[in-house]
Amino acid sequence: MIKHFISLEWKSFFRSASFKVNLALKILMIFGALYFIAIFAALGAGSYFIIEEKMKQDPLVVINKFLIFYLVGDLAMRYFLQKMPIVNIKPLLYLPLKKDQVVNFGINKTIISFFNILHAFFFIPFSIVLIIKGYNPLGVIGWHLAILGLFYCNNFINIFVNNKDAVFYSVIGVLIALGALYYYDVFDITQFTQPIFQAFYNQPYLAIIPIISAFVLYKMAFSYFRKNFYLDAGLAKKVNIAETDNMTWLNRFGSVSTFLKNDIKLIKRNKRSKTTVFMSVLFIFYGLLFFTGFVEAYDGPFWRIFAGIFVSGGFLFSFGQFVPSWDSAYYPLMMSQNIRYKEYLESKWYLMVIATIISTVLASFYLYFGWQAYAAVVVGAIYNIGVNSHVVLWGGAYIKTPIDLSSNKKAFGDKKAFNLKTLLLTMPKLILPVVIYAIGHFAHGEVLGFILVAVSGVFGFLFKNKVFGIIEKIYKAEKYKTLAAYKQKN
Amino acid sequence: MITTSNLSKTYNDVTVLNIENLDIPKGQSFGLVGNNGAGKTTYFSLLLDLIQPTTGHIKNNNVLVSESEDWKPFTSAFIDETFLIGYLTPEEYFYFIGELRGQNKEQVDALLAQFEDFFHDEILNKKKYLRDLSKGNQKKAGIVAALIGNPEVIILDEPFANLDPTTQIRLKGIIKDLAQTKGVTVLVSSHDLMHVTDVCERIVVLEKGEVIKDLATSEATLKELEAHFSGVAEV
Repeated sequence: MIKHFISLEWKSFFRSASFKVNLALKILMIFGALYFIAIFAALGAGSYFIIEEKMKQDPLVVINKFLIFYLVGDLAMRYFLQKMPIVNIKPLLYLPLKKDQVVNFGINKTIISFFNILHAFFFIPFSIVLIIKGYNPLGVIGWHLAILGLFYCNNFINIFVNNKDAVFYSVIGVLIALGALYYYDVFDITQFTQPIFQAFYNQPYLAIIPIISAFVLYKMAFSYFRKNFYLDAGLAKKVNIAETDNMTWLNRFGSVSTFLKNDIKLIKRNKRSKTTVFMSVLFIFYGLLFFTGFVEAYDGPFWRIFAGIFVSGGFLFSFGQFVPSWDSAYYPLMMSQNIRYKEYLESKWYLMVIATIISTVLASFYLYFGWQAYAAVVVGAIYNIGVNSHVVLWGGAYIKTPIDLSSNKKAFGDKKAFNLKTLLLTMPKLILPVVIYAIGHFAHGEVLGFILVAVSGVFGFLFKNKVFGIIEKIYKAEKYKTLAAYKQKN
Repeated sequence: MITTSNLSKTYNDVTVLNIENLDIPKGQSFGLVGNNGAGKTTYFSLLLDLIQPTTGHIKNNNVLVSESEDWKPFTSAFIDETFLIGYLTPEEYFYFIGELRGQNKEQVDALLAQFEDFFHDEILNKKKYLRDLSKGNQKKAGIVAALIGNPEVIILDEPFANLDPTTQIRLKGIIKDLAQTKGVTVLVSSHDLMHVTDVCERIVVLEKGEVIKDLATSEATLKELEAHFSGVAEV
């Protein structure tokens, strides 16, 4: 029996759409995976020395201190990305298989998931270094096993909380609050959690507790699914209660409002688009890598503009590059209606502009790193609105990847999204503003650099109608190809 | 109203549709029947300019559909679920289509009120998104959306499939009414011979992309069609 399950899994993995790419891309993907593995391993082995050198503290103590945030971060990541084991089980339901077997298999599958293995690349080298450095081997092993148990607890907890947004967001909310309180020295949760993790080292036998809890959670996950193993219970698609919202307040946008209303609903009501919003929030913090001097290679002045473009433009890039693919599910409808392309594009453009402005306001905390940092964000925003919003929409016109709004699959890049045309269009998006800034910077100073970038942004704004005209032509010319491409579901 | 000349569509040397000549006059209720792969949906897709013809062309009210978009304001269609926007509620969807077709909320509401029977209290105010409705209810919403904005040509692909018997009967009434009293040209495809003979004045049988029968509906039509298709089955 297990043989069948494994062969099914094997096929579903190797026949999945993401594997149907050419050899060169496959090799590239393998290198990419190896790269991440290497990074994690190096981080695991290296962090001991980094912490020892930079913080002059016991590395194990420091790691234990932050472990609580690491664990919660892991849980959050799983919640957003890790797929539920039960999704492909429907066709197996009526077959002569024992339900216990099917459920067991589904849950066991998660044990070898990428989300668990990833951490091994960090913690195994770290533990080895600890032993080499003369820590008590028994203690290290106990600590290591305890951490392992905790990650598996996360794994099984995720099975429960999946699709329970309210529970999840409140837990995350509380922990973010605790993180903030820690940062501002108001209340230090690590004071309470750090000794717990430390105890696993001091009393290795305590490791049995997280391992047992992982096991208990496994049993609970099992009985939870076993009990709900019906089409109308655990396997049912979650149906949201729909609110009809006519968004009359948007009518002030005139004829664009027809599409704008739809686009806002699209973002609000679909998983994939919500992930995009989440990612653009992460982009706001991307600049921290540059402005805090955390990564030394990013210290040059030109990187500021680079960071500014990303901080303000996270949504613009992640949403804009997939226009019109967001509407792929009902593209035949759009094409058989009298669509006013200009209004269609304008609606998406407004969304990107609004998101860019919001990001820029939220990013005002960069003032803390000096006025140059925030100036870079602001001129980045002007350039994004003036130039990049058009370029992104232009590039999107060439991307013919159907988007499945209800799933997060491929939310993180899609090989079809990278073709030569879109690659060429990244030049004006990222490199040009950096070059423009560099010219000003060298000719006179940073102020001129900022002014030049801002001016070119304003200047680009003048070409809006021209670019929209071009995009409309592309849409019309590529209509049949686009329709055919959207028809091919994975 | 709709003229088809020398129309053909070929995929990789396989001709899936080849219609030399087909005229559909204004106000006709026109039925298209044929087995799977006969080319019904291909014909409708060509009519809506969703695919390009290999040869020939279709004129809709003297507008060449593959060249101009002027046919769009007076033509509407429901082919399949790709004509629905899953994350909208039915009401929002109707208003959206209404806005695209130049109808305000009141006009759409007035139209929807006429279809209260047809909806059978399963579409409006159900607090559900279109994607969460059953296949049959999705179809109801799609069909009614195709009636918004007083179109002169309505194209419905397999409108009877997935509908419950009551709704099928009501839909037949709606289609007849459109063609007979409102002068709308209605194009319908179906696998159900009884339904098409009930609603359509004219029935065209497609087989492997070719028109092999073109019948004005009469008492004898159903028998003839049944004989034809059981003959096909025996071959």
